[in-house]
Amino acid sequence: MTASVQTRKRPLLGWNISDGVVVSRFSLVQTLRVPELMFFSLVQPVIFVLLFAYVFGGAIPIAGTGASAEDAANIYRNYLMPGIFGQTVAFAAAASTVGMAEAMSTGLIDRFRSLPMASGAVLIGHTFADAARQILVLLVLSITGFLVGWRITGGVWNAVCAYLLLLLFAYSVTWVGASIGLAMPNVETASTAGLVWLFPLTFLSNAFVPLSSMPSWLQPIAAYNPVSTLVLATRELFGNPTGLQPDYWPLNNPTIYTIGSCALVIAIFATLSIRKYTKTTAK
Amino acid sequence: MTDEAVVAVGLVKEFGSVKALGGIDLTVKRGQVVGLLGPNGAGKTTVVRILSTLLMPTSGYAKVAGFDVVKNPAEVRREIGLTGQYAAVNEYLTGRENLAMFGALYHLPAKYVREKSAELLESFELTDAADRPAKTYSGGMRRRLDLASSLIAQPSILFLDEPTTGLDPRSRLGMWDVINGLVADGTTVLLTTQYLEEADQLADEIVVIDHGRVIAQGTAETLKDQIGGDRIEISVIDPTRVTDAVDAIRTVSSGEPAVEGLTISAPVSGGSTVLVSAIRALDVQGVEVGDILLRRPTLDDVFLSLTGHAAEEDAAPSDEPKKRGKGRK
Ligand SMILES: Nc1ncnc2c1ncn2[C@@H]1O[C@H](COP(=O)(O)OP(=O)(O)O)[C@@H](O)[C@H]1O
Ligand SMILES: [Mg+2]
Repeated sequence: MTASVQTRKRPLLGWNISDGVVVSRFSLVQTLRVPELMFFSLVQPVIFVLLFAYVFGGAIPIAGTGASAEDAANIYRNYLMPGIFGQTVAFAAAASTVGMAEAMSTGLIDRFRSLPMASGAVLIGHTFADAARQILVLLVLSITGFLVGWRITGGVWNAVCAYLLLLLFAYSVTWVGASIGLAMPNVETASTAGLVWLFPLTFLSNAFVPLSSMPSWLQPIAAYNPVSTLVLATRELFGNPTGLQPDYWPLNNPTIYTIGSCALVIAIFATLSIRKYTKTTAK
Repeated sequence: MTDEAVVAVGLVKEFGSVKALGGIDLTVKRGQVVGLLGPNGAGKTTVVRILSTLLMPTSGYAKVAGFDVVKNPAEVRREIGLTGQYAAVNEYLTGRENLAMFGALYHLPAKYVREKSAELLESFELTDAADRPAKTYSGGMRRRLDLASSLIAQPSILFLDEPTTGLDPRSRLGMWDVINGLVADGTTVLLTTQYLEEADQLADEIVVIDHGRVIAQGTAETLKDQIGGDRIEISVIDPTRVTDAVDAIRTVSSGEPAVEGLTISAPVSGGSTVLVSAIRALDVQGVEVGDILLRRPTLDDVFLSLTGHAAEEDAAPSDEPKKRGKGRK
């Protein structure tokens, strides 16, 4: 005598996307409920901008800009901002790791998995919301950058492309973060494991120092690091100083290399994490 | 529509070297309430997770609503509601938002979800708290929201894993009312509990499991009969008259009376007429009696005699008079 309820028709883009949108919508509602969390995720990159701009400003010379000494600090700030953008979006992965580990530690995962929803939707929704939160972070960072003298000189269209590239990168690392979060036994471990790999990833790059200043054995590693190509592409698109590049394919084709790496990372880690998710129960 | 809502045959589940289930057989008929009773670690959650498609059995098979849980998990999920052992609501979202989210993920139309949510919130006494984050809810309210979330799509089969564990006595009674209401509406329920009293109150049929195996099965009454019938218990006022009282009781009992201080108990048969004969026999001996009662065995006794150890969390006061007659179709 239990009446069965008519369900909606299959949406055009499939249930994975449609259910993913539902999950991310409520994840974003949750962000509005806990503004403190968002606030502190904004504070860190802002502090980085201020520290690097005033503490290191001018101490790190950017080759190839032909700058006079008094302009050096200002040039460095313009060089620096895309680096901080790149580092910040990379760290979106850490939030994703903790978020996923948190979701797995409650009974919510069991409920989600017992629903007739698409198997990728929870991860798609979470990673999408994590990347979407980066829009606000990028906005606040851009304003801070503007206040310390950073300028976009590459045109509006190029700037839009730069921001989109940063968001694509954020989206791809959130999949890595989610995979780590799924594999961790608890939230505490996840919050450490989610961070450790991000330091070498972002510092072994051109985000803060030109590659030419690195020892020659490190240069190829940094050159193939997608963070380097992301930052370089962003510098070019924003019309910021890029410094001189050593001759490596990724550095000669930074946008293509970045998009390609992101696509590869998403393909690999989405497969891995969705497979893991379908076997996970609440701990 | 098959007559059996849940059929499990020889379910085995191993986690590495841990054998959580050692071959469980289980049947739940449509409209029936089956209570899976067992202490912590018995394998209750593992059974529920296999039946709700969250875990794959190592061997054996299960069908829910006629669909194989391994081969057709999507079909099974459309038929079931699950309220797991651990709270499964997003505590940053309000009660209403939680229901909206789960409704959308069941692919239900938004208008239906709005109306059904309002109805569920009302019947679970959550209307006043509907627009507050679930974080602010009491344990009982959260559990009710949890249950409401699994009911949004009106599932015909409901799995409840320890629905009242951790609730205060008042909230527990409230939860029992809610569950009995669902059952009256025709929902099939498989619930797990560590509380013997709870299985007795809610379930038509009880399956007792321990260490991943079914150790007994039947109605509360059959289980009680399995360990023998009723016992008479009397307490005498005058310590010097205990022996006389034992002699009197021996004339009506079906076994040797046991003495503990001023209390004498003995197995009897013949129901409440025994009480009358006992009082008469005691009167003949001139023994003054402080208290006399006929004690039906509780599920605690069942559990103790079946497993050799008591259930960990014993909620039932052992000599509480049993009220029966749950008036269920
Ligand atoms: N994911 C798991 N990995 C290893 N052992 C597990 C896992 N889940 C449950 N177990 C073990 O299986 C047994 C049954 O657990 P469970 O089904 O949770 O029991 P119950 O719900 O009756 O308390 C326990 O010994 C438990 O430790
Ligand atoms: Mg359990």
